[in-house]
Amino acid sequence: MRYIGKEMSRVDGVAKVTGKARYASEYKVNNPAYGYIVQSEIAKGTIKSIDVSKAEKLPGVLKILTHRNSLKVEEQSRQFRALQNDKIVFCGQPIALVIADTFEQARYAANLVSVEYDREQSATDFDNLGRTQTRSSPARGKPAEEFEAAPVKIEAEYSIPIEHHNPMEPHAATAFWEGDKLTIFDKSQGVYGVRGHLARSFGIAAENVNVISLFVGGAFGASLNVNYYPFITALAAKEVGRPVKVNYTRRQMFTGHGYRPYTAQKVSIGAGSDGKLRSIIHEAATNTSSYEDFTEGTTRFGRTLYQCPNYDSPYYLLKSDLPTPTWMRAPGAVSGAFAIESAIDELAYKLDIDPVELRLINYAEKDPDSGKPFSSKELKTCFTRGAKKFGWERRKMEPRSMRDGNWLVGWGTATGTWGAFQAPAGVNIRLNNDGTVLVGSGTTDIGPGTYTVITIIAAEVLGIAPEKITFKLGDTDLPRAPSQGGSLTTASVGSAVYGAAGEVRKKLLSFVDKKDGSPLFGAKFEETELADGNLRLKNDPSKGIRIVDVLKEAQMAYVEVDYQSSPSPERQNYTTMAHGAQFVEVKVEERLGIVKVTKVVEATACGRIINPLTSHSQEMGGVVWGIGMALHEATEIDHRYGKMMTTNLADYHVPVNADVHFIETEFVEEKDEIVNELGIKGMGELCLVGIPAAIANAVFHATGKRVRDLPITPDKLL
Amino acid sequence: MPDQFEDLREAEELSEDEERLLDELGITGESRRRFLGQVGVAGFSIFAMQVIAQRQALAAGGTYSEAAADPISLENAVKVVFKVNGEKKTVEVDSRMTLLDTLREKLDLTGSKKGCDHGQCGACTVIADGQRVLSCLTLAATCEGKEVTTIEGLAKGEELHPMQSAFIKYDAFQCGYCTPGQICSAVALIDEAARGDASYVTAVEGGSNTKLSDDDIRERMSGNICRCGAYPNILKAVKEVHKGEETAATWKFHRPDEKAGADKEVADETV
Amino acid sequence: MRPFKFNSASNVRDAVNAVSKNDSAKFIAGGTNLVDLMKEDVERPTELVDVSRIDLRQIRSEGDSIIIGAMAKNTETANHPLVKMNLPLLSQAIFAGASPQIRNMATNGGNLMQRTRCVYFYDTSMPCNKREKGSGCAAKEGLNRMHAIFGWSDECVAVHPSDMCVALAALDAVVRVEGPDGKEGKAREIGFADFHRLPADDPTRDNTLKHGELITAISIPKNRFARNSYYLKVRDRASYAFALVSVAAAAELDGKKINAVRIALGGVAHKPWRASKAESFLKGNEAVAENFEKAAALELEGAKPLGHNEYKVELAKRAIVRALQKAVR
Repeated sequence: MRYIGKEMSRVDGVAKVTGKARYASEYKVNNPAYGYIVQSEIAKGTIKSIDVSKAEKLPGVLKILTHRNSLKVEEQSRQFRALQNDKIVFCGQPIALVIADTFEQARYAANLVSVEYDREQSATDFDNLGRTQTRSSPARGKPAEEFEAAPVKIEAEYSIPIEHHNPMEPHAATAFWEGDKLTIFDKSQGVYGVRGHLARSFGIAAENVNVISLFVGGAFGASLNVNYYPFITALAAKEVGRPVKVNYTRRQMFTGHGYRPYTAQKVSIGAGSDGKLRSIIHEAATNTSSYEDFTEGTTRFGRTLYQCPNYDSPYYLLKSDLPTPTWMRAPGAVSGAFAIESAIDELAYKLDIDPVELRLINYAEKDPDSGKPFSSKELKTCFTRGAKKFGWERRKMEPRSMRDGNWLVGWGTATGTWGAFQAPAGVNIRLNNDGTVLVGSGTTDIGPGTYTVITIIAAEVLGIAPEKITFKLGDTDLPRAPSQGGSLTTASVGSAVYGAAGEVRKKLLSFVDKKDGSPLFGAKFEETELADGNLRLKNDPSKGIRIVDVLKEAQMAYVEVDYQSSPSPERQNYTTMAHGAQFVEVKVEERLGIVKVTKVVEATACGRIINPLTSHSQEMGGVVWGIGMALHEATEIDHRYGKMMTTNLADYHVPVNADVHFIETEFVEEKDEIVNELGIKGMGELCLVGIPAAIANAVFHATGKRVRDLPITPDKLL
Repeated sequence: MPDQFEDLREAEELSEDEERLLDELGITGESRRRFLGQVGVAGFSIFAMQVIAQRQALAAGGTYSEAAADPISLENAVKVVFKVNGEKKTVEVDSRMTLLDTLREKLDLTGSKKGCDHGQCGACTVIADGQRVLSCLTLAATCEGKEVTTIEGLAKGEELHPMQSAFIKYDAFQCGYCTPGQICSAVALIDEAARGDASYVTAVEGGSNTKLSDDDIRERMSGNICRCGAYPNILKAVKEVHKGEETAATWKFHRPDEKAGADKEVADETV
Repeated sequence: MRPFKFNSASNVRDAVNAVSKNDSAKFIAGGTNLVDLMKEDVERPTELVDVSRIDLRQIRSEGDSIIIGAMAKNTETANHPLVKMNLPLLSQAIFAGASPQIRNMATNGGNLMQRTRCVYFYDTSMPCNKREKGSGCAAKEGLNRMHAIFGWSDECVAVHPSDMCVALAALDAVVRVEGPDGKEGKAREIGFADFHRLPADDPTRDNTLKHGELITAISIPKNRFARNSYYLKVRDRASYAFALVSVAAAAELDGKKINAVRIALGGVAHKPWRASKAESFLKGNEAVAENFEKAAALELEGAKPLGHNEYKVELAKRAIVRALQKAVR
């Protein structure tokens, strides 16, 4: 490999460090108006009256949209849509949009909108909400009986509060109309989803909607669903006949796009005294809204983790008067892993078996759920390499056995796992006769470095230096590609680029393979490759022609290829997953309960790494997320009012620089020819999955206190 | 379901692989349908690269949409004369307008970011009269006569500020949204250390205020939140500019065909 | 944010006159808290008078005191050689608060004027007696993990958010203010203990300033605590967060014997909480852990935790001990 697997700085780096990268509300539009969202102050009930007269009279106020004058859309799903009727289904629900000449006046006018409600009693207290069972995988074996019969048992309950993505860029859109054509700059993980949503909303052809999302200031799942604001932004632009910008405030972020649901779990593990797992019952309940069911794979990933013949994973929903949750980085997996991987640690202590060893004793060589082989799984190597790098052999099993002055030292570990997904993806490649290449695909880059890694892949498969390649994304004028979510972008779009490069080669070869005197006369497609700027024979690189010369001789300005890739059917004979062993050191102030995560080592097996520089950054990000989830993050609700209260970055704590110390990664590469031609698995979620459990396990090792309710704040360790 | 949503219904016919993907993700019901709307199996549009190229050029500074501008009414207008990136600017602002909104909405300097608008994240950090400050909590009306430097004012033409180069070198960002604030903050930090300003770390634990320890840099950069979690790389970038110290890569490969214990260090291989 | 007139004052007299004339006028200096609260529609001034350009930035020695100007920024105060050398506790406390950017903006006078960070105070749709007298206190039976364990009333259980003020309380600072009633250049002096108030039956008032009075300086008596002082802050993350509990501890030692000691707590009351019971127990006793623990226990005897902040009682005890240990080491 010439470019793949080598470190490359981001191709959009200069744009980002100079402030030139433009995000959704930063495009220069002529004479923009500003929309400000007014939100309900109650959680449940009906709007009795809404008085906009005071606000409307303010100078500079152009229009106030409410459910009374807003465009009503045909319901196509139970997803929340703004300004459709007088029903209030969650606190913070948008009930009006004020549009004004200036942001300042829009915000002020929003304060002057007065509303009377018929208030109903809301229910958000998770302990008192009814459970409904939802779709769960069938049990394998006889989990209940085998648990009862097992000589060693662990039963424990865990809880995770509601958490919010809090990307640094608040959600925003800028929209304008030219006739019946709508252009919208949106903060989105999937421009095609937004296009379909808006086309349906306004009853116009999808081709008349152009959604652009060139830079996204983080999203983490918060922009996978189409949220309520693009529609009202576009509607406002239509109503006032000007471009309109709408930005969520930071507070509005907490009710404007969903969240990681509250998760209550119970894990029952039965094992033999040899450490062999006999039965696992992993039960989970997550909250959802009153109007829509949201489920995630909380109890899914645990099923493939260990060789355990008996397994059950019932899953329940709790209906609450809150907005619907959504996918948040490593959805389900990280919540489930917190419970399962904490419980495995509890079992290790009950059995007095080293936690790494216990995991290896129960190592699953095949997918225990389906019986299928893994397309690749280097988790064992991850554990041995990670343990070595971390220095695990120096660990004393006993809690409170290691210290550094006033600080108790603890070491913990956990497994991370996530699916190696791939979705259909389209790409367009245009190779010019000056040697430059344009590659386009309608996916997005919310931060992981898609601009860069797709450039690297294109360089590799086209045999052309990355500097000559321009990759465009984030625009519905580009071929349809999946949203950036589920850690599937590189595998999906990368595979499309791989396939398209083959088509490019086919075209190029067709110009020269029938030409007398051509070094490639009579060459077969399979015998050729694109490398070092040449079209050449694989087994005799001296026989080749410079790509630019192929085009020039054929008198072509460029060749262009549209290509759509699909996941290979062979994948279905395998379980395709990525794995990692995650090791954590914490120091806990023995009297004050302050926790510092001083060292993290991740050994990660996720197929082929395209760019270790950006992959390592993702890995770091996952660790930082894990630190936040384990130690800091919680959206607190006042159940009397059904209202989220810690809705700002001073009360909702995410880690700051001083919370993060040494993070090291070892990429245990897998050569996986099943997942896709390039052997790519995703890793943006994987790197987070085991961290909260590993931290909680390390805190137990340091202090002897098992904290099962996140976050682990100082008060819980006193 | 109404007929116009046929495409969603079509999307319900899944390939086994897609079915599996959704199963693995544990996605069911309504959210399943929506996810499908996004993953999308429909054909793709005609590709017009010229249009895209043109649009992206516009994104770099051009103006969209040619609607005529009406005069905008300002409440309690205040005239402010100040310097931004060395250039004298005269603006008339609503007394409620912050420096951040003035930069972004009036001067088209959108490099300074609005992350929280309440002084809780640092994304709006600019350097005013030599000090890093939060432009979201600064009323533009208070800026008369001040000299403000934003992220757009750090590079000299094409030549990046050393801090900008170091951020690229160490991959000290992902989504890029907090980055201008981080860089402005870091640039000011270097000056603070040159002056010997203290921090909580040095005030309680001692240590040099001119040659900062790692923990001290972390503390001094803690007013800038990075949700992507690039903190360790931010530390490396600041350290290099502050002390000229390069930091080795904190990743490496272990390849299955290599003998255990004999990993090849490939951190220096770059494209 | 409501519309307001903006004026800039170049001297104390003009500033005081301008604000005195209008009941809903306010001074603005750094603006770090006021602008935040105005955006939340919690503060609704119709007029702002910018006092940040008034020449009140001096930090100087004056007789037995060190005077820090009200308009000096928190950063320049904490870094000033006079403060660093003589009042390290104050430097530490300032650096423990907020972020570098905020400390560069925030003034010393403004720091004293910070309002509580109670989530109900910040939310205009919620009852809050501090924001709207008579509307009730939602925190008392609500989310009160961050709230007071000392000195609260049925009307208000909020805490004062400042770190700097905890050190100033420990150091017996005096606040100099000028108002419409006084003579020009003649300041009224308010002892720090009397500056901030407990909520009692009127939580709308955080302090004892009258409308139109402007803080011009803070005077701190010189002391012998420089060698043995420590500001400890326990918070939910390592930096840029408000205190769960903080402790300003300072001692003057004669060998092992404690000649004088000062302890103040942050994050536990509507004002910086001076731990006078602990102080009087320790005075004359030996500086050993056992005594620190006794002193801490004595002080916390009077604590009255709420539904979610029982932990603060134990945490405060341990924090007092740890801060004293660090101070005397």
